[in-house]
This record gives sequence, structure tokens and C-alpha cells, in this order.
Amino acid sequence: MHVDERPQAAGSVRPGAPTSPHADAFAGRPPIPLVCVASMALVLLSGIYLAAYLPRRAPLGPAVGLVAVAGAVLVLAVVLVAGLRQFAWDAFFGVVKWALVAYAVIAGILEFVFVYDGTRGTMLILLTASLFVFAVDIPVLLGFSVARFQVPRARS
Amino acid sequence: MALTSTAAAPPAATAAPPTPAAGQAPALQIVPLRALPIVGATLVLLVVAIAGNWLWALDFFHVAGGALWTAVDLFLGFVIGPIMGRMPIPARVEFSKRLMPKMVVLMPTLVVCTLAAGWQLARHLGNLSTTYPEHGWLVASIVVVAVMAVVALGLLEPANLAVLFEFRKPQPDGELIGRLMRRFIYAAGVTGAMQVATLIIMSRLATG
Repeated sequence: MHVDERPQAAGSVRPGAPTSPHADAFAGRPPIPLVCVASMALVLLSGIYLAAYLPRRAPLGPAVGLVAVAGAVLVLAVVLVAGLRQFAWDAFFGVVKWALVAYAVIAGILEFVFVYDGTRGTMLILLTASLFVFAVDIPVLLGFSVARFQVPRARS
Repeated sequence: MALTSTAAAPPAATAAPPTPAAGQAPALQIVPLRALPIVGATLVLLVVAIAGNWLWALDFFHVAGGALWTAVDLFLGFVIGPIMGRMPIPARVEFSKRLMPKMVVLMPTLVVCTLAAGWQLARHLGNLSTTYPEHGWLVASIVVVAVMAVVALGLLEPANLAVLFEFRKPQPDGELIGRLMRRFIYAAGVTGAMQVATLIIMSRLATG
């Protein structure tokens, strides 16, 4: 695909003239988006593993391991975000709040499907944990992706 | 977070579109609020179809949702994407301002409808069973969806939102928007290619 990189006439958006002083403030920092994506990928991997065995019950050990690692990676992402200085927290929480609502609805529908299909016991706990990681991980990723390019509010 | 906001007036622009009032930029909605009742109604109908075991409705949600998801991805990745890449930056910005808020609500809705209905349909038809002759293809389709989910949720959606928030600034950073839009377009291309794989797998599954 070709992307036009030629200089353009001046407009309301100025090409090649960064106006976000924090646009590259996170270069060289721990790759928080990558950590979030890794967590998401581990949850999906667990889901694929379980689905491959249906309708038989898969040995739960590997799936539990994958979800546990996904949860640990998510905690790492949250810790990395919490440790940030000079960060647009208002933008971060603004996005996270509404993204959590949206992904809670999506996770709720999926949870309903699992319960409706008769999933019970350890399997239900495992799938619920997967959905929880999924529904928290993506809002954190979205919130960080927006806030990293926003100017932090000056402290009074 | 205020989901609707009015972007501050941009500086004089040679390619600026007509504005509703002198010096006022049109309101930029990150999430088009008017679409939310439609999304809500669609999701309620999906849940009702699942709870009622309505095979025809599940089939409708899966086929219609999947067709729209695939068509939008392919159209965006292979038609709109290259066109946008050749547009002047101000035109690209104006187009993105109108396209991307709609994508924020459209794509997650299509994905949830397609996947939830598809899963239930496969369960009812016995396609999830390992004894189903095409079980390998079914698992392959789940793998393809997982890859698409990682690309869409890990790259596309964050880039989409970051661009929209950049547009709300008094002086959006053109370089940053260009970088994020390239990521958006390339990611859309990857998901488009994965959609071709989905089409092959689903054709195979449908014909047995």
C-alpha cells in the first residue's frame, strides 16, 4: 500500500510539525502496549486450546497456566502504567472508564453464552477468569494508547 | 470522559472544510451517541436469539454479521486504505474524522454478533464436536479469528482512538496522526487478508 508522504499545504493539522510535546515521551520505556497484547494473546490461546477439545473436556492444566500467566502479565501492565510519571491520567481514566463499560457488556454476553450452554464448575471459573482478563486488559491498552499522546495536566 | 466534545477552533487552513460558524470546528464525537440505541437493540436481539435457540436468527446474525465484518474489513483494507494513502493530508484528516467514530461502534458490534451467534450455531449443529469431519477447519477458523482479534484490538482500535483524541486537540499533530493512520491502514490490510482466509474456511465448512 502506498501512503502519501509528500509535504502538504498548511492546514488545521500540520504535517511534520509535532505539536504534542509528549508524543515520543514513552520511547525507550517498558512496552506497555506489547505487554497488554501479550496478555490478550495468552487468553485467546487458552480459548483455542479449550475449543480444540470440544465437546470433550480438555485437560485444564495448560489452560489454567495460560490464563494465570495472562493475569500476571496484565498485573505487570497495570503496575507499569501505575509507575508512570508525567502521564495524562485524566485522559487515561476517561477512556478506561467507558471502555470498561463497553467490554463488560461484551464479556457479559459471552459469560451468558457459557452459562446458558451449561458450563459449570472449574471450566466456568476458568472461562470467567479469561473474560475478566480480556475485559480489563483491553481498556488498559486503549486508555494508555490515548493518554500517552495527551499532555499531562499541570499540577497546581 | 465526555464522549462528545467540540474541538477548539483550528488555525486558518487552506483546505479546511466549511465550518458551521466562523472559527468553530464541527463537534467531534469519539463515540456517535445516536448509534448506541441501535447497538443496544442489536445486542438484545442477539441475546434473545441465543436464549430462544432460534436457529434461523442465529444463522442470520452469524451470516449477516460475518458478511458485513468481512466486507468492511476488505473494503477498508484494500479499497479505502490505499485511496486514503494517496489523499492530501487535510482531506485524509477530514475523511478520518467522519469514518473513525463510526468504526468505533460498528466493528465491535459486528464482531460480537458474528462470534456469539456462530459459536451457538456450531454447538446446535454439532460442528464443535471432534467427531465432526471438518473439526480441524473449525479450529483453524478460531485461530484466524484469534489472530484478527489480536491485530484489531491490539493495533487497530488503539490507533483509531488515539487519532480521534488527537483530532480534539487545538493543534493536532499531523506527524503523529500520519503515523497512527499508517498503522491503522496496514492493520486493516492484515485483517483483510485474514478475512480472505476466513472466507475460504467458511466456504469449506458450509459445503462439508
